[in-house]
Amino acid sequence: MFEGKSGVLLVGGLGFFAFAFLSNAVVPMLMYRDLPEQTTAELVAKNSNLMYQFEELSYRYPEQFKQHFGEPTTDQCAEALRLGRQIYVSEGCWHCHSQFVRPVSREEDRWGPVSATWEYQNELQRPVMFGTRRVGPDLCREGGRRSNDWHAAHFYRPKLTSAASPMPEYPWLFDGAPDKPNRRGLALITYVQWLGSWLESYPDYEAYQPLAERLKEK
Amino acid sequence: MIDTQRATTPVADDLLVDRRLVASYFVAALVFMGISLLAGMLMALQLVHWNPLRGIELLSPGRWRMIHTNAIAYGFLANAFLGALHWAVPRLTLRPVLSQSLSWFIFAAWQFVVLATALGIVVGPTLQANVPALQNLRWSLGAQGLEWGETPTWIDPLALAGLLLVAVNFMAPIMQATGPLYVTLWYFLAAFVWTFLTYAMGNFLPQYALAGTSAGAVGGLFIHDLVGLFVTPLGWGLMYYFVPILLRKPMWSHALSLVGFWGLAFFYPLNGIHHFLYTPIPMFLQHGAIISTVAVEMVVLTVIINFFATLRGSGREIVTNLPIRWFYTGMVYYALTCLQCAMQTTLTFQALIHFTDWVVGHAHLVMFGVFSMWLMGIMTYLFPRLWHTPWYSPALCEWHYWLSAGGMLVMATDLILGGVFQGFYWASLAPWEVSVDGSQPFWIVRVFAGLAILGGQICFFYNLYMTWRESRALGARPLEAAAPLGTAAN
Repeated sequence: MFEGKSGVLLVGGLGFFAFAFLSNAVVPMLMYRDLPEQTTAELVAKNSNLMYQFEELSYRYPEQFKQHFGEPTTDQCAEALRLGRQIYVSEGCWHCHSQFVRPVSREEDRWGPVSATWEYQNELQRPVMFGTRRVGPDLCREGGRRSNDWHAAHFYRPKLTSAASPMPEYPWLFDGAPDKPNRRGLALITYVQWLGSWLESYPDYEAYQPLAERLKEK
Repeated sequence: MIDTQRATTPVADDLLVDRRLVASYFVAALVFMGISLLAGMLMALQLVHWNPLRGIELLSPGRWRMIHTNAIAYGFLANAFLGALHWAVPRLTLRPVLSQSLSWFIFAAWQFVVLATALGIVVGPTLQANVPALQNLRWSLGAQGLEWGETPTWIDPLALAGLLLVAVNFMAPIMQATGPLYVTLWYFLAAFVWTFLTYAMGNFLPQYALAGTSAGAVGGLFIHDLVGLFVTPLGWGLMYYFVPILLRKPMWSHALSLVGFWGLAFFYPLNGIHHFLYTPIPMFLQHGAIISTVAVEMVVLTVIINFFATLRGSGREIVTNLPIRWFYTGMVYYALTCLQCAMQTTLTFQALIHFTDWVVGHAHLVMFGVFSMWLMGIMTYLFPRLWHTPWYSPALCEWHYWLSAGGMLVMATDLILGGVFQGFYWASLAPWEVSVDGSQPFWIVRVFAGLAILGGQICFFYNLYMTWRESRALGARPLEAAAPLGTAAN
């Protein structure tokens, strides 16, 4: 068995692999099977923090927003989130920024509550964006910490906002100037503002008021 | 010293081994090695603020970092392994592979897969943003969000089909062999099954079937199995083949070979979750992964003992026989990186070093310091036998070795140490910029270590090109008349 074809193939090749898969992958799947996976539309629906930021984008960059997303509806916001995540993945953001706060190394003090499983049970965590390296800081509590125009300037040229930053520049997310984010730029800002927006402790929290009403008051 | 005359049995071997195919795989591998090194250099320069190509979409360091890792895994390692397998499997089984035309088809298909991966990662996002017809696609043309599996989703099925063909092509001669198999073939057989299963599991489940924490568990299994069940068994299988041949004696202990293989087969697949310690993945699974990891280190120790005991009495070969020096340097790095792994996988170390350059140092030590070095040794040994021409310059072969081995040692030490600093900066709650500024000295040293490694490979590329030219000039001569084969060692 130990030196023959059938032993190597069936026991080593298939058997041990299957054992590892059952114990290390199927077990967590079964443990979390009752935790429903949310779609992007569901994530947006009850999330007034996020809608606040999305409407702020339409207010701050009216021409750009009109051209690329039209009106700041929940459908458009879901669209922006999906695209934003796609950019986050395809530009490799996740290789230098993690998305989970660990219960060690005083990370709670730096970033906020330790990450929990339910936060990851959604369409935008397919595959999950835990991350692998922190050249820049963790981002799962980033939403609401900084304004949309901070993020715009930062994506355009990171050194404008953080002098020591070795982060690459992303001018292709803009139409030539930091105050003109294009479709991809708007989407990525929306995605970053979404991170952590599901928590009570979203720092820039304000009672949500639809944009039309807010403008009327002004 | 290598007995060069005995190594040349042209007639018998040429029926078994397609030398042009082996050489083509090696050359393709080296092209991707060059691309990967340039991509790594771009990222290294970016981190120290010296990137001269800032703000160019198609040269974005974020995208090229993925080229760096994917080119080394699927471009260099996979190609070089396939070349070496086309040499070793027919000679071990005394049977050719299933079909020569299938072999060449796989060669072409695999280059297509790797190039398409690179194009998808670099050009995909740009195309998708600028071609209106592609804008509304629900899936991305660019990278997939899975570490070491960034191959765009639309290429995954092709890559998987390729892996299946590879398995069929090589398993045909192995399955015809009768009686107990030699150690190398255990590793190869298992690797064909594991690589296929690992690729399918990692690329499809977290994308289409699972979200969140359980997807994280599968992602961890994938990252780890790709190293442990694809690269490691092929690498060790080749060592069990080439080391006894070059030292002209059998392995010291067959029992330890058995322990090594079965220990790896059982414990390695159980390690994956150690990539995501302190995540919301259930703690008892994290503990299980840690215990299995430490068990793997015990197994690794038996393998290392076996190989060094085999070397005993032939220690002089380290000096005189360059391929053997490549192999044993790789093994020393393997022992070091596994020792490092046994420490870093504990929760104590993880608290400090997770997410730091410590892990980056570990990854470089494994992928370049061990497996790339072994494959470079194999190429140093085989190219003269493939082209029936001695190396153009044995001195350049030495430069290749010393710059690679030295550069690697400096890079790994530097990054591992830098990682410890980063960990303490973060735990101190100093502003984030402090950790970035504090990393600069380590990142600058890394640039120069990288340049040394790049320089070593340039020596090799040049040497190889000149050797190839000489082989063309010698081409008309009958094999027996060709000059003695091999490197400085001979």
